[in-house]
Order: sequence, then C-alpha cells, then structure tokens
Amino acid sequence: MSPLVYHAIVGFVVLNAVIGMVTYVTLLERKFAARMQSRIGPYYVGWPHGWLQPIADALKLMMKEDIVPRAADRWVYNLAPLVFLVPCVLVFATIPFAPGLGVADLNIGVLFFLAVSALEIVGLFMGGWGSNNKYALLSAMRAVNQIISYDLPFIFAALVPVVLAGSLQMSTIVEAQRGLWFVGAYGILGPLAFIAFLVATLAAENRVPFDILEAESELVAGFRVEYSGMKFSLIMLGEYAHMIGTSFLGALLFLGGWLGPGPAWMGPLWFLLKALFVFLVVTWVRWSFVRIRVDQILAISWKLLLPLTLLLLMITAFVVAARSAGGA
Amino acid sequence: MGETTQTVEVGYGGTERLVMNMGPQHPSAHGVFRAILTLEGETVVAVEAVIGYLHRCHEKLAENLTYVQYPSIASKTDYVSAMTAELAYVAAVEKVGKIDVPRRAQQLRVLVAELQRIASHCLWLGTWCMDMGGALGGGATIFLYAIRERELVLDLFESLTGARLLYGFHQVGGVRYDVPAGWAERCRQTVDLIGRRVDEYEAMLEDNPFFLVRTQGVGVISRELAQEVGVCGPLIRGSGIPYDVRRTEPYSSYQDFDFKVPVETAGDCFARYRVRMVEFRESIKIVRQALDGLAEGPISSRPGVKSVGQVRIPKGEGYTRIEGARGEVGCYLVADGGAKPYRLKWRGASFSNLAVLPYIIPGHKIADVVAIMGSVDPVFGEVDR
Repeated sequence: MSPLVYHAIVGFVVLNAVIGMVTYVTLLERKFAARMQSRIGPYYVGWPHGWLQPIADALKLMMKEDIVPRAADRWVYNLAPLVFLVPCVLVFATIPFAPGLGVADLNIGVLFFLAVSALEIVGLFMGGWGSNNKYALLSAMRAVNQIISYDLPFIFAALVPVVLAGSLQMSTIVEAQRGLWFVGAYGILGPLAFIAFLVATLAAENRVPFDILEAESELVAGFRVEYSGMKFSLIMLGEYAHMIGTSFLGALLFLGGWLGPGPAWMGPLWFLLKALFVFLVVTWVRWSFVRIRVDQILAISWKLLLPLTLLLLMITAFVVAARSAGGA
Repeated sequence: MGETTQTVEVGYGGTERLVMNMGPQHPSAHGVFRAILTLEGETVVAVEAVIGYLHRCHEKLAENLTYVQYPSIASKTDYVSAMTAELAYVAAVEKVGKIDVPRRAQQLRVLVAELQRIASHCLWLGTWCMDMGGALGGGATIFLYAIRERELVLDLFESLTGARLLYGFHQVGGVRYDVPAGWAERCRQTVDLIGRRVDEYEAMLEDNPFFLVRTQGVGVISRELAQEVGVCGPLIRGSGIPYDVRRTEPYSSYQDFDFKVPVETAGDCFARYRVRMVEFRESIKIVRQALDGLAEGPISSRPGVKSVGQVRIPKGEGYTRIEGARGEVGCYLVADGGAKPYRLKWRGASFSNLAVLPYIIPGHKIADVVAIMGSVDPVFGEVDR
C-alpha cells in the first residue's frame, strides 16, 4: 500500500471519528450541564438518557430551511462556514492517538496545530462581515480583538512543554513525559503553565466567561446570528471540533498523552480519558461563571496572562539550559 | 406614543458612530423594551428608550369593570408579582369607600405580599445573571437554581388560591381565600429552605471575581439622580436613600412587623443586588412573623359578595401606594357612586425606574447595557400597562 493511500484512509477515519465525537460531545456537555443545574437533560430521544438526541439534532439542522439575508455579501457569507470549519478539523491531522497511530506525526506538530487553529479567525470574520448585520459585525470585531490577545498567551503556554521536551513533535513530547507528566514538572512551573493554557484555551474556544463573540444576551448570537440550517451546524461542528482538538492538545502537552498504566493497547483509551478531562474542566468553568466584558477580557490577557506566560517560558528555558549545561 | 426622548451625549473621541436597535425583540429585553443605542466602537454614547409595545389599556379597562371584577385584571399589570397590583387596587377602593379590613385579612395580605416579593426577586436574580452570564453559561445555572425556588413559592400560592401566576386573591374588604389546613407548616419549611438557598447564591456570586467586576461600579445612580428622576424600590435604596413605603407609610398592618430596610450607598448594580439579597431575608423574616401572629377571625368584612355589581363605592377619590417587589406601586381612583370606578390611574414602579436608563447607560459598554437593565428589573406589563 502506498503511503498516500494509507494516509488518505487514516485521514478519512480520523475525520469521521472527529465528527462522530463532536456529535456525542454535545450530549456529554448537555448532560454535564444538566447535572450542574439539577436537571436531567436530554432523556426521551433514544431512551434512556437521550442517546439519540445528537442524531436528532443533526437531522433537524439538515432539514431546516437555509436562509440567506438579502443584504448579505453572498460569496463571503456562504464560504464563511467552510473557511471556519476546515482549520478546526485540520488540527486533528497532527494529533497522534498512540505511537504511530495518527494521520501525520509531523516534526513541527505543535507549530502546525497552533498556526492552523489561529486561522479560524478568518472564517469568523467572514461570517460576521458577510452577514451584513450589526450584531454580527460587532461580534466579528470582538473576535479579532480576542483572538489576537489570546493567541499569544496560548502559544507561550503551549511552548513550555515544547521547551521541556526539546521538540515540536507531538510523539516526542509525550515520550518525554514518561517519568513525570509536564503538568507536574518543576514544582509550580508545570501547574501554572497548565492553568494558563486552560485559561487561554477558554478564550480561544470562545467559551464562557470569554464568549463575548457569541454573547447571546447582548449580540443575540454574534457572528452566526444570520446562519441557519446546515451552515449553522457547520459552524457549531467547527466550534466543537476546535474545542475537542484543544482538549487533545492539552492532554498531549501536559497530561502525558497515551501514557498510563496497563498494556500498550490501552494508550488511546487513556488519551481519550485525559482529553475528556480537559474538556470537562472547560465545560465546568463555562457553566459556573458569568461572562466578562470585552475591555476586561483584553486587560486580563495583556496585563496578566501574557506577562505570566512569557515569564514562565523564560524560566523554563533557563531551567532547561542550566540542566543541560550541568549534565554536560 | 410613549416615547422618551431623553438622550445624554458624552464626549468620546471616536469618529464613526453606529446606531443599533436593541429590541423590542431581543433575548435580554425583559419583555418588549426597545433601546436605540448609538455606539462608538463598543461604547454606548447615547440611548433612546422606546416603550409602549405592551400597552393593553389597563386604565380604560378599569372603568368598564366592577370593583369585584377588576382585581383579577389588576394582577396582569405586573404579572411577575401579581399580588402587588391587586393589593394596590383593593386598598384604593377601600380607602375611597372607607371599608374596614379585618385583622386576619390584613396579615394575610402582608404574608402573600412578602412571599410574592421572594418569588419576584428569585426571577430577577435568575434573569439578571442570565443577562450577564449567557443562556449557555453560568448565568443559566443561577437562573435554573432561582427558578427552582420560585417554583416552591408558586406551589404555595397554588394551594392557597388555585392559581400560579395571576391570583385574584384580594377582594374589596379582605381576601378571598383562607389558609388551607397544613399550609402554614409547608410555608415555614419553604421559607427556611429558600433562606438556605439564598446563602448558596451569595456564596456562588460574591466569591466570583467575574461577577464582581461585571457589577461593581457599573450603572451608578447617584443619590441626587435617584431623587431627581424619582426611582423607587431597590434602586433608590441602593443609592443611599432609606425610602420604603412599608416603613414611611405603613399599610396592611406593616407597622406591627419587625423588619429592616436595607440601604446601600454605592448606587451601582452590585448595591442594588445587595439590597435585594437582604430583602430576601427580611421578607422571610416577615413571613415567619405573619405565620406566628396570625389573628383569628373573618378574612373579609364583606363576606358573601356574590354578584359582580354588589360593591358600590360612594363618590370620592383617593390614592394608595404600596411597596411592591420593584418599588412603589400607586393607584389613584375616582369613584362616582356606581359599581365601577369613574377613572383609575396606575403608577408603575418599573415605569419610573426605567426612566433612569438614558442617564446611566451612556459611557458604558454594550455588555453593561444588559447588566444595568437587568439590575433595574423592569416588567413591561407594568411599564406600559
């Protein structure tokens, strides 16, 4: 089998696995939120506990009428969901689920992930601009503000494990955590980096308390206010794919990926559990905080998170350099 | 009609302005409020408040319905705290007609008014947090918690009057229903539970830095502005003026009850929140006192009123005011000796509270508009009537 065919097959499988996972992660989030709010959540569609609810939602969205506002910029408006979705799904290309199991374990995996996930802002802005709606426009404006402010701390936090492992390759980073996961590295260094990563993740994923793009109580639904039917579901798919992708990244960089007790075949299972843990932490925060204001979001990023992550990265670099000098 | 043209300009250095229509159909319009915002970037520089989308001719209706019929319509002015408007109307009729109310009925009125205040504040807390926190976020969590407690109060009302939202509990000369067997005990348990839950909300909100930065220093109503615009209820008490009709002009035996009137001086959203949180506890205290000291005796001075035209009020006029959950609710009644009022005028608490918005919103961000509006707690049934 030629490598091209092999990668095509793996890519197809991963893509479909991601879409299936996105579908069921929505159910997980709804159930989790329901527990927090002393409710039951989806129950009757696919009794018991609403196992078919995501399928029903997807079918409903597919059958909805697709409305294009008369004043919309049609090309931009119609392209935006795709432009948004592609980078969100593409990030999975570099994620290895176990040693050798993944689409492409690039030697610049982390860089690829960060670069591609930053691209989603283009789709966001196209959606906000193309809709020709004031709420959507304001939301697009906020999106640009927020992504610019939070991509830097996000990248700096993600670089801490990279420096510790001395590689941008995901599998090497995981193997470097065989002794100790990076979340526990060097006293408070690892935990702080992990927390900064989580906060930046919340902002990059546009989740409460940083969901000012969506802000349904002010901007109704933000940049996707004019989208309906399948285009809306593509945007939602992208958002959740991005969220899961970042959870996987968190599990890879800080929680030791597929490392865990038990035989090797349990690796992917451990990995999935850790990613779910990151996802649930993010969800937990989402359902217990109120949203903060755009100026406060920017203040948190530029005045607190950016200096903190930069400092962490520098300290990490010093520690690693000192250790290698001492060892040599 | 019903348009307020009061706008306040603040000098911001921006060059381009965007006029955005917020409402009348908007997730956090709390009904049908339309705010025409002029924006410079994210900052609101002027706001025009437009009301009147829920006008239902309440005052004209009152002229066409008898004194026996109207209380159940009066409850539809402020449908979130229906007991308040009913009480204001029957109190006005009793004042003009010089009708006494038995002691037990007075105490029952206090009891339901305070339970209603608890229910109304529960709804306020939930919707306000949802304005700030999003229907898909932490705000919704608080909303569902608060609604759960409101449901308990509505259950009490259901077993008392048979209705959950619009009660028809008050009638001229007293109240229509007496407390059913076992109700007092249930009521006690419910308010105890709500008291504990209010502690939980406080812990959840006040230890949360994001909640504090969203509310402290936002939407400040100064003492002077509060007096000038004539806001009432938690708004004026949040601005440092200890004005509460229950205390300044006691009605329905409020003088016999021991309760505090909470006052905060900051005048911001957080001060209004604190006032309402203390009011939760004070209302619970009053409910307990009312249950303990409930007098024996008749519940109405005119028992057996069957025909809708049976109550006739001599010629005269009068004004009564009571402290509702949102502030001072007034009812001005002119009687001409028949079975129906000649003229009725409502003074809605939400109406006068809403008038402060064009003064305090300019200069804030869009996100604060919804936080400020939620802290004013308007009910548009009462604004437009």
